[in-house]
This record gives sequence, structure tokens and C-alpha cells, in this order.
Amino acid sequence: MADNLNIEVAPLPRVEGHGDLVLNVKNKKIEKLIFRIPESPRFFEAMLVGRKYDESSHITSRICGICSVAHTCASIKATEKALGIKPSEQTIKLRKLIYHHENIQSNVLHVYFLAVPDFFGVGSVIPLIETYPEVVNIALRTKKMANDIMRIIGGRAVHPIRTVAGGFTKLPTEEEMIRMKEMLKLCYPDLEKSLEVLKTLDIPDFERKTEYISLSDPVDYALYDGNIKSTDGWEIDDQDYLDNISEKVVQYSTAKHCWTGGNVFMVGALARFNNNYKRLTDNAKRYADELGLKAPCHNTFMNNIAQFVEIVHSVDDSIRLIDEILEKGLDEDKAMVDIKPKAGRGVGVVEAPRGLLIHDYTYNDKGKMEKANLIIPTGMNYANMEEDMNALVPTIINKSEDEIKLACEMLIRAYDPCISCSTHFLNVKLVNK
Amino acid sequence: MNKPKVGIFGFTGCGGCQLEILNLEDQLLDLVNAIEIVHFTELITEYSDTYEIALVEGSITTKHGVERIKKIGDIAKTIVAIGACAVSGGLNCLKNLYGLEKAKELVYGDKKDWIDSIEVKPIDEYVKVDYYARGCPPNRFEIVDIIRFLILGRKPEIPNYPVCIECKKNGNTCVYELGITCLGPISRAGCNSWCPNSASGCEACRGVIDNPNVNAQKDLLAEYGLTVEDIMKQFNLYNACKGKTIEKKN
Repeated sequence: MADNLNIEVAPLPRVEGHGDLVLNVKNKKIEKLIFRIPESPRFFEAMLVGRKYDESSHITSRICGICSVAHTCASIKATEKALGIKPSEQTIKLRKLIYHHENIQSNVLHVYFLAVPDFFGVGSVIPLIETYPEVVNIALRTKKMANDIMRIIGGRAVHPIRTVAGGFTKLPTEEEMIRMKEMLKLCYPDLEKSLEVLKTLDIPDFERKTEYISLSDPVDYALYDGNIKSTDGWEIDDQDYLDNISEKVVQYSTAKHCWTGGNVFMVGALARFNNNYKRLTDNAKRYADELGLKAPCHNTFMNNIAQFVEIVHSVDDSIRLIDEILEKGLDEDKAMVDIKPKAGRGVGVVEAPRGLLIHDYTYNDKGKMEKANLIIPTGMNYANMEEDMNALVPTIINKSEDEIKLACEMLIRAYDPCISCSTHFLNVKLVNK
Repeated sequence: MNKPKVGIFGFTGCGGCQLEILNLEDQLLDLVNAIEIVHFTELITEYSDTYEIALVEGSITTKHGVERIKKIGDIAKTIVAIGACAVSGGLNCLKNLYGLEKAKELVYGDKKDWIDSIEVKPIDEYVKVDYYARGCPPNRFEIVDIIRFLILGRKPEIPNYPVCIECKKNGNTCVYELGITCLGPISRAGCNSWCPNSASGCEACRGVIDNPNVNAQKDLLAEYGLTVEDIMKQFNLYNACKGKTIEKKN
């Protein structure tokens, strides 16, 4: 190979949004390695100012089409906290149910459509329609199942309508609940077949210890709710996120980066897996086991496998939730709680498919937004991505330029970065550990 | 029949419109057979600058975006604006309402000069747009319809009647009866009245029909003790870029 390299992949394909990889190597030493985000900033923190509490989730949902349920849920949780509203148990179960299906939809899209083509040496899923039609059809079927369930519960798969602060504008019927359960059960043979395919993937052997941060809950594999927990041993209430996380602006990026007390850290499926392995269903644990994924895992490339294991968990847990809801019966009286505007601040934290997502709102006494702060998972991952690449490149420096380029692309892609999401914010930092 | 070469492009937006194309699960393989997708950064590594049809998502909000959309305008024979952000500026226009400089200051503080951000505009401020797939999100089946008609060389039919028509057909109780304000009487149908179907008010994400019966909307508001001012904030969510939605024609 050459001692000098000037790689620029702009824009990096098969990620959500626009990011550029820049790598300059001189005499086999990395001179410059950045993941540059030129994606246009959106200014959601400004757009929200002066808007009424019942508009917040409609507006912030539009931060990201791929994780609009996550933004909606973070938003309504922040609003409910600020206004002192407690939604019903039924509402929380239905939110968890729709939440699982966005996680399934997003993880399917990433694992099968965006990540897997690299392992088959092709540039997209399209050639796989000819060569591996069964895999493509499994992906489409599973994705459709998840979208259809989001449509039933949320009224729409992208930018849900029915999930609002206080509860649901409309409930699914009992018949629809039973139908969703049947749809979920049909997934299992496809998951088994996918398992066999994923076992054959040659996941790069790479290890870099870092801090993994996610929500955590004593019972659930936390997606919708929980404390903020780190593999470094600390755990805090979600309302106190500012004690440990802060953001800063970097010049080459319209997205803010994050650190914890000088440390970079990772969020997302692998972070959730590392923190919450014990809360997975036994079935999901079996999949993890068969795919060689063990907590703690320090191989970023295994994030793709963690995403697949989560699909299995979400299918299992959705069936449990449906059974619980059906057992109690759907109660129209519990669909919505009354809301009276009042002044206050509230923080809503969820696990978006790509990791920890924080909405922090302050309303005035008329229920209008005074201040909003939004911290996005991909913003938290940027610094870790760069550290990962700095660790990876020296280990493959003797390979060809094309191989180095592909390995770096695959590494970034493994994070499933959502650049559209992250670009109204500056860099995020974890502090005061 | 030659497969038309199609480029799919994203500007400032949430990616939800491109996702809605991928959400066409049952029709996706047929679509990929009927057209040749030569540019779709979010899905495909390879790309080409030779295409006849451009499907464009997102608003133009940066100087770099202006250059990119103009280049697409030079190459594509047909441009389809997909989703509210591309069609009318959509929700992004709330930034204009807030004030560009003020917004930069609020989000990026003393680093605001590092940021390339201009006034939000829909794409037809820079290039000629042939067809509009409206909505936030757009109706994915309407996107397929537009592509189908383009292949057949016919003009797509886009509804030019209010959401109330679809809503009545769906047998919904008028949401005003539930104490909810709704822009259905003046807003363009084509979404199958999905918000009122979910007991929520229409937010006019598909814009206004060509000849809206404004008086009917005013009468309805008066009946429930409301004024136009009361619904302007709702209207502004997707229609804050002045005048754009009223002028739109297919």
C-alpha cells in the first residue's frame, strides 16, 4: 500500500442524512481523520419557542422521519413532566407497543438494507433482490409488519398522529389488538431464517473499550423509560441529565458533539445491550448467544447484531404487552387525561433506535414554550466514531486504499448514524463524572 | 419500454419522505423494476449524474443547497417535489417566522458565523417543479401514482378538493364536535383525511386547494366561537412560507 492516503467520501452513502468522511495519512501516520457534518441545520430549538404545549410533539416529530415515534415520545414525556400530567397505565403500555415497532422498523432498515450489502460486497440492497431474494423478502415483510402496527396504534407510521401529551386521541380496537398479535407471531420463522444468514457474516474483528450509556430499568429492557446508566458504573435520574452530559460546537460540523467528563462514549443498540442484557427475553438471549454477542461487547461492528437481537426482543415483548392490554380490556376513559397548562420544566428521555434521546422543555404559565434543549443520539456518538476510526486505521494501514475506505465506511455505518436528526444541535459532552 | 433513470435527493428535512418510498414494501420491488434508481445516497453507494426524473425531498436552507438544487434542475427533465418541505417549505419555515439571525444566535451562540443557513424556501423558488407530492409525510401511494403516470406519459391526477370530502366519506364525526379545530374545509385532500380519522384536526400539511371556500371555513369557526386568528398558528405549522401554498398548481 501507499504510505500516504487522501480519502474523502462525500457524502458517505447508506446513512440517514449527509456526512463526509475525511482521512489523510502521511508516512503511515494519521494526519487528519474527521467525520464532517455539512448537513443543513434545522433550528428546532428556535422553532419551538412560543408554540403551545400540544404542538411540541407534532413539531419535534419532524426532526426525523425514521425515528419520529421516539421524538414524539421524548416530547410528550417532557411536556407531561413539565405540566405535571400522569398518563394512564394503558397509555404507557400502548406507547411501549408502538415504540417497539419503530425500533423493529428502524433496525430492519439498517441491518438488512444499509449494513448487510457491505458483507455481500455490493453497493446496495438492490443487487440482493436477484441474488438473495429470500433475505430481501424477509426484510420487507418484517418492516411492513412493524409499519402496519405503527399505523394501527399511531394512525400513521411516519409522524404518528394519535400519540399525544396526555394519552391517545384514539385507541385501537380489541379486534386490531388480536390482529397485531397474529402479525407478530408470523415473524418468528423469518427471524430464524435471518439468524442463519447473519451467522455467516464475517464481522470485522475490532475492539476498543469505551463508555456505553443508555437508559436502564429494573424490569424492562429500557426503550421508552428508565434511568440513565453508564457501563462505567454511574446511574442518574433522567431529569438530572445535565449533571453528566453537555454539548459543544465544533467548526467542521453543524451537529454538536458530546462527552462525559472528558470521555467519549457510545449510545445505541450495543450500549443498551451492554447495560441491559439481563432484561432481554430468553428468546432474544438465545439469538445473541448464537450470534456470538456477549455483554460487555466492545466491538462497534457488533452494533448491527445487537440491533437484530433487539428486533427479536421487541417482537417477544410486544406479544406480552398485547396480552396484558387485552386481559385488562381497552378502556376509553383511560385514553386521555385532562391537561391544564402551567409553568414548569420537564425532561423526556427515551432510547431512540440510535440511542439516548433527550428533550428538555420549559413552558410558561400559558403552556407556551419558553426554552427547548434537544440532545440527539448521533450527536453523542460523533466523538466516539472518530476515536474508533483512530483505533481502527493503524490496524489496517497495510491494506489497500479501497479496503481502508470500506472498513471506515462500515465502521461509521455500524453506528447507524442519523445525521438529519443530529444537525440542529452542537457537540455533546458528558461532564462531572 | 425504456426504464426511466431516476435520482432521489434529500435537502433539509427529516428523511421521512424518502422513508415513505422505502415503506412501499408491497410495491417496492415492482417500483425498482419499473425505474432505474441511479442516485439515492441513503440507500445506494453508486451514483450517477445522468437521470431524467428527480424526486426531491426537503427545503432549500443553505447556500450549498442552492447550488445543488440548481444542478439537479439543469440535469433532470422532470422534477417532482416530495413532501411539504420541498413543496411549500413546510415546517422548516418556522425558522423564518422566528427570524434567521435570532435562530442562529439561539442555537449556536457565539459560533453562529460558522453556520451556513439562509432563509428557508421551497424548491420551486430555484427550479421549475413539474409535479407536487404534498403532505407531511406525503402519501406514498400518491408518489407511486405520479411515477406511474410519468412512465405512461400522462398527467397525474392530484386531488383538488378539501379534506372534508374524504373525511365525510370515511364517516368521521366532525372533530369540531370534539372541541378540536380543523383546517379540513380549505385543505387539499389526498391523505384520506388521516388526521381526522384519528380524532385530530387537519393541519393543512398538503396546503390549500386552488379555490378554497374561505367563507365556509369562517362560518364553521364562527359556529364554534372561533376566529381566523385562532387557527392561523395551526395553519402556519406547514404554511409559514408566505403565499406559497395558495399559488400551487399541478
